[in-house]
Amino acid sequence: MSDAATDIDDLIALMARLPGLGPRSARRAVLHLVKKRSILMKPLAEQMGRVAATARECTLCGNISGTELCAICASEARANGELCVVEDVSDLWAMERSGIFKGRYHVLGGTLSALDAVGPDELRIPRLVARLAPEGVREVILALGATVDGQTTAHYIAEQIEPHGIELTSLAQGVPIGGELDYLDDGTITAALNARRAF
Amino acid sequence: MIAWQEEGVLLSVRKHGESSAIVEAFTRSHGRHAGVVRGGGGRRMAPLLQPGGQLSFSWRARLEDHLGAFTIEPVRSRSAHFADPLALAGLSAVTSLLAFALPEREPHPGLYTRSVALLDMLGDEDVWPLAYLVFEMALLEELGFGLDLSRCTLSGDRENLAFVSPRTGRAVSREAAGDWADRLLPLPPCLLGQGPATAGELLDGLRLTGHFLDTRLAPALGDRPIPGARTRLVERMRRRF
Repeated sequence: MSDAATDIDDLIALMARLPGLGPRSARRAVLHLVKKRSILMKPLAEQMGRVAATARECTLCGNISGTELCAICASEARANGELCVVEDVSDLWAMERSGIFKGRYHVLGGTLSALDAVGPDELRIPRLVARLAPEGVREVILALGATVDGQTTAHYIAEQIEPHGIELTSLAQGVPIGGELDYLDDGTITAALNARRAF
Repeated sequence: MIAWQEEGVLLSVRKHGESSAIVEAFTRSHGRHAGVVRGGGGRRMAPLLQPGGQLSFSWRARLEDHLGAFTIEPVRSRSAHFADPLALAGLSAVTSLLAFALPEREPHPGLYTRSVALLDMLGDEDVWPLAYLVFEMALLEELGFGLDLSRCTLSGDRENLAFVSPRTGRAVSREAAGDWADRLLPLPPCLLGQGPATAGELLDGLRLTGHFLDTRLAPALGDRPIPGARTRLVERMRRRF
């Protein structure tokens, strides 16, 4: 086997380790890249090299960025006293896609987990508490998953923040857009009913 | 093909590959039992696959000692407890202790009945903390580390039992304890069936069971630490009561 073929096999093996890709789809992606070498493969390789060299965690919120402070933390306009706590960077990006939230974020880097032995010390909870006073935070919004681990983490954070006298809110839970009651689990229906409001 | 179908409590979920999950169930006849749930790593099944949920498990495998695959149906969700920090801490402590301590595929029908009853009463704060304490006593008993609270280990008395020896797990009466009382663990009257539990008694009881979970059960399971969920529950109870 030639060296080129070995390199391609190595590339396929690496691509197959990406989420959502298996060996077959990795092979298809690599073949596509090879065919579009100049317009796709080389720019992609260069861009990956640049991101690999510069990508880092924002020292304030934990977002991924190319600079020490991410664009959200660096923007004075986002310092409106609202701080949204999310589990992971992907959740932050999901919130940003909606475009509705104009405050700052704090990425925990996970949730408390009995199974994986993740305790408070493994998360960025102390850094969250340390941000409250210097940034003049008025409201902390807990945007964590409606799971056992997510809500356990939310209650723990609430307990840490309570002494600071800051307003604490959490995202509503209930019927999703396009959801039909018949297809909802009873826990979601209970949460939706408990959070009902005047119509 | 080996197959069974039974209702049980979901103890834990771990992602397996891109879209599946390995879950652990606790059922009356099969004890703690693991299996793969196809599609269990996806969003569609996420509401079902929350620890503490009551589910119907159908398990199939080609051979008995294979991991096998579960198909699951909801029976009742316990997600209503997510909003109550103490009840949620209780739910996590029960499921993580069972997942931590029970041997695989060994039935514990008595403990199963007690666990389901406890999980069902988590909304009632007047009763479940004592039921949780009794659950920990039952867990120790089932796994061979039960405490003997029937009589004083020194005098044989059945009255005035007030302490437990941290070494033997046997009761000691107030009179027999004498000057050694401060080296013994307090035995709350609620564990002897004497009246409702006060906050102090509950915390004494949890200190008692915690000692034997730490010094007897954990070393027997390879010296893994007792799950942090139990510690967080005790801390939360201490602050609440």
